[in-house]
Amino acid sequence: MPDIPGLAKGLGVTFKTMITTWTKGAVTVQYPHEKEDLAPRTRGVIALKEENCTVCMLCARECPDWCIYIEGHKEKRPPRREGGKPRTVNALDRFDIDYALCMYCGICVEVCPFDALFWSPEYEYSESSIADLLHDKDKLGEWMVTVPDPPALEAGAAKKK
Amino acid sequence: MRMLAIELSYWPLTLIKTAIVLMVIPAAAVILGYVFLLKMMAHMQSRMGPMEPGGYHGWFQLIGDGIKFIQKEDIIPSEADRRVFAIAPLVVLVSTFLLYIVVPAGPRLVVQDLDVGIFYALAVSSLSVIGILMAGWASANKFALLGSLRAAGQLIAYELPLVLAVVGVVIQANTMSLQGIVHAQADGAIFGFGLIGNPFILTQIVGFGIFLAAAQAELSQSPFDMPVAESELVAGYMTEYSGFRFLFFFMAEFGTAFALSAIAATLYLGGWYQPFFKTGIMADVMGPVVLGAKIMLIAFLIFWIRFTFPRFREDQLQTFAWKFLIPLSLVNIMVTAVFKVVL
Repeated sequence: MPDIPGLAKGLGVTFKTMITTWTKGAVTVQYPHEKEDLAPRTRGVIALKEENCTVCMLCARECPDWCIYIEGHKEKRPPRREGGKPRTVNALDRFDIDYALCMYCGICVEVCPFDALFWSPEYEYSESSIADLLHDKDKLGEWMVTVPDPPALEAGAAKKK
Repeated sequence: MRMLAIELSYWPLTLIKTAIVLMVIPAAAVILGYVFLLKMMAHMQSRMGPMEPGGYHGWFQLIGDGIKFIQKEDIIPSEADRRVFAIAPLVVLVSTFLLYIVVPAGPRLVVQDLDVGIFYALAVSSLSVIGILMAGWASANKFALLGSLRAAGQLIAYELPLVLAVVGVVIQANTMSLQGIVHAQADGAIFGFGLIGNPFILTQIVGFGIFLAAAQAELSQSPFDMPVAESELVAGYMTEYSGFRFLFFFMAEFGTAFALSAIAATLYLGGWYQPFFKTGIMADVMGPVVLGAKIMLIAFLIFWIRFTFPRFREDQLQTFAWKFLIPLSLVNIMVTAVFKVVL
């Protein structure tokens, strides 16, 4: 003998969902016409702040997918003080992230010691060719303006010295 | 036969009737598929369903799918029994086609009102088992074979409660002709109140439940969708089919759903009958509308159940048919017969 109250309850659930969807709309979003409300720290794409990068290669080495390609060279810069020795700095030639390989783990953002990589909530960068998903440093730099400000410190948090 | 004051001889009339039925089957499949499979199912899962094709709520989706299926290559597996493989979907579709012949949509709107109407309908509806077995066997695919055997076992098991549930109606109406059953309901009265006639759902509510459950299984709709259980059998007997042959299976499934809903509406809800126009041209005009509304109501029940419940296990499925539905329908027949004799 079938369990009639349970069956009726199940039918009620689907019927109620149908009516709510009909009157109040679905939980899904009709994407090209309307956009989803994203969470404040959404991981959409990785933005690069080029002047912070020291070509330390930590992100490239930690990347589980090996999707970050970095090339750089050493440069002499004028000394900080008069009569000092010229400084040697690393200049960034190439910083590419292959988004066809990236799995959005965020390890590169975590591991970056100089805050050169940030999460941006932008997600509309699909391409018709898979090769076009290799984004260079100019393109990664353009996303810096979309990076949200860091969340405010909690009340009572220690002030930066 | 006089229709709109035009006399037609046998062959033109038959051609016109065939053409109408051949147009009704895809139309029925598209309507049921769009309203229930795409839209109602989506809404029950808090989705919108297709919204883009055709501009207005994706109404063109299924028609576009049909066009796509027709364009596709006709693939037949190299090991398959080519001729049987090719004919199988047609056999299933023919079974659906034959069902439509006896369903009345108005006092005169019926292809052929047979004296054994409901008996004929149930007989041709079981023809599809042959097509399904042909499809499964000819595919040379173990999933297809298992699926078709499951389908055969299930369809034969649920044929019995379907027939036995109908016997109650036949006893009460004193006829097997579907027109006769409609008239029996139209002329009936509920304790002397005869405005809406006496739809047999009131006296045959148990039979109606059994008929719906058995029809659900005949259509292989969830929870009786073991034959096409996609997690274990890919698509059952349809696994090797693509293109327009798959389209035939799809149309047959939804065309049969429409036909069985129409038969259920005729048997239990009074068919095309509405209380205002009992004869004449207005009854013929209103008939399809009224019958269509009742079909949509029954189809709603069928698809509502389909989208709510998970799949039966094979043994539960057979137990439900043999140990619950068949004894219940036998009791229903006995009670109906006793009342028929007493009253």
